[in-house]
Amino acid sequence: MPDRFKWTIFMTLLLSFSLYSAHLYITPPPNEQELDGVALQGKNIWQKKNCQSCHQFYGLGGYLGPDLTNTVRRRTPEQTRAFLKHGTDIMPDFRLTEDEIQAVQAFLQAMDASGTADPNRFNPTWYGNIKTD
Amino acid sequence: METSKQTDSLLPVRLMQTAMILLITGLLFGFVGSLQYVLPGWLKNQLSFERVRPMHVSSVLFWIILAAMGTTLYYAGERSGSSFKVRLAGKIMQALLLVSVAGILLSYLTGNFGGREYWEYPPLLSIPIALAWVLFVWIFIKHIRNLRQQPVYVWMWLTGALFFLVTFSESYLYLIPYFRERVLLDMSIQWKSNGSIVGCWNLLIYGCSFYYMEKHDPSHTYSRSWLAFAMYFLGLFNLMFNWGHHIYTLPTHTYVRLISYAVSMTELIILARIIHGWKKSMQSSKLFVSLPGYRFMLASEYWILLNLLLAIAMSVPAINIYTHGTHITVAHAMGSTIGINSMLLLAFLHDIIWGKERKNRPWPVKSFWLLQVSLLVFWLALIAAGIRKGYWQFHEPQIPFQKMMLGLRPYFIVFMLSGCTLIIGLMASVWPLLIRSVKRAREIKNKSSLYVEHLPDEYHPIVPVRRDVAGK
Repeated sequence: MPDRFKWTIFMTLLLSFSLYSAHLYITPPPNEQELDGVALQGKNIWQKKNCQSCHQFYGLGGYLGPDLTNTVRRRTPEQTRAFLKHGTDIMPDFRLTEDEIQAVQAFLQAMDASGTADPNRFNPTWYGNIKTD
Repeated sequence: METSKQTDSLLPVRLMQTAMILLITGLLFGFVGSLQYVLPGWLKNQLSFERVRPMHVSSVLFWIILAAMGTTLYYAGERSGSSFKVRLAGKIMQALLLVSVAGILLSYLTGNFGGREYWEYPPLLSIPIALAWVLFVWIFIKHIRNLRQQPVYVWMWLTGALFFLVTFSESYLYLIPYFRERVLLDMSIQWKSNGSIVGCWNLLIYGCSFYYMEKHDPSHTYSRSWLAFAMYFLGLFNLMFNWGHHIYTLPTHTYVRLISYAVSMTELIILARIIHGWKKSMQSSKLFVSLPGYRFMLASEYWILLNLLLAIAMSVPAINIYTHGTHITVAHAMGSTIGINSMLLLAFLHDIIWGKERKNRPWPVKSFWLLQVSLLVFWLALIAAGIRKGYWQFHEPQIPFQKMMLGLRPYFIVFMLSGCTLIIGLMASVWPLLIRSVKRAREIKNKSSLYVEHLPDEYHPIVPVRRDVAGK
């Protein structure tokens, strides 16, 4: 394969990749949730305590604990608070302060508002794609 | 002057040694993590899972990254026939990598996180990694000098090395408030970069694989063929655009899913190529039967086929909704990192570290087969656990998560037991290499060149011969 041809393909791919990336950066998804100060603090705590090692959002993350995308729909704020405050038989007590617990709860609320993680909401199409109702 | 040249030559071997130590560390943490699946809550207060998992993942990730860097630099240098003359850059690179890896493991041990999945350490530690990578690219470029009429593996090495910098930087866009405040955009970009970065070290490793075959079989001219470049560009196309299969279920733009689905299906061409060339590939592999690393090379071919079949299936959105978020994804990750990446890297390490002794080296048959059989059982146990969890997600969501996990326990026990024998097999393969690498490093210190001493005669003319062929 001549070098000129290789460079043409390479530069075309590179340009397409750059344009696609830039487009994604400047176009947030339609149902995007912008986090306020408290929820953003909750996101920081989520990362600081490495919650993603065991838990998932939209099926992305660890496998030891449940997916928490819509956990606030299924549990009362008191139940969520109890988990965060004391941990469980498997989850350690992270010794979160009251403010930190509220921040994580606000973050979980924002995640819930961003969409539904239940795969049952998808319907397969004849050509292998999926669609929501 | 001679001394400095000798010291420079140690760079790839030192990288490989560090990589092997990290593999052993990663295996030990993997063992602890697998026990925590079987005995939930074990070490909860001393060494909880959110510390053990990143210690395992980062150790094995850096095993792959450092070993890929070491073998790429070694083969690039061997090909150009020169010693490394970048003493200071090499030393700084080594120091930066050691500081970052030690800092990362220490941060996990003390529960000091702040990053994201696979890069959970505080973001500050990414700076020395990025700087070390810049030096790696610079040293590599000094070896290849230009891209005129270069074989496909040089293109693979270079694009893998450069794109790593791009995707690694992209994975830190979340530090900018615009991305950080938008959860769905942030998750999309996170998995865009995570998906692509894997392709970057795969390019380095597959590049070494092409070089390895050409080096041991001088009649092997595939690396300059149209087909080789067509497959390379197809791989690069997938690296850039097929990451979306990680986030099919994320409520992002529909076109992300469609583009990824369409691009992923081009992997069927790679699958067809593998099946079509299977017989030839097996015959070609037999040429390397006297080499200690050959069996790892052969094993990787089977693992590529199995994992590619799984990856293609998972890239179909209608199937992905059943496998996503289940242990099938883990099976795919483990199958790729152990079955493909580690098998190939072990083949290269055998080639490099045993040097001229490679042909007299008795083959450790038992540990090899223990490793392969264990990995197969390990992989199947994860797939079985994934199928069971996928069924729960769709048909039994009313059953509490912990009860579902208890139902998966038999699979986790098989996973843990096969993991133990897998560790034994890997240790038995790596430990002799690590011990021999100390002697190899000593040999290099005492010689003026890293390569020439142990290369068979047919290797030496590789550059002029190939340039000649290219000229025609």
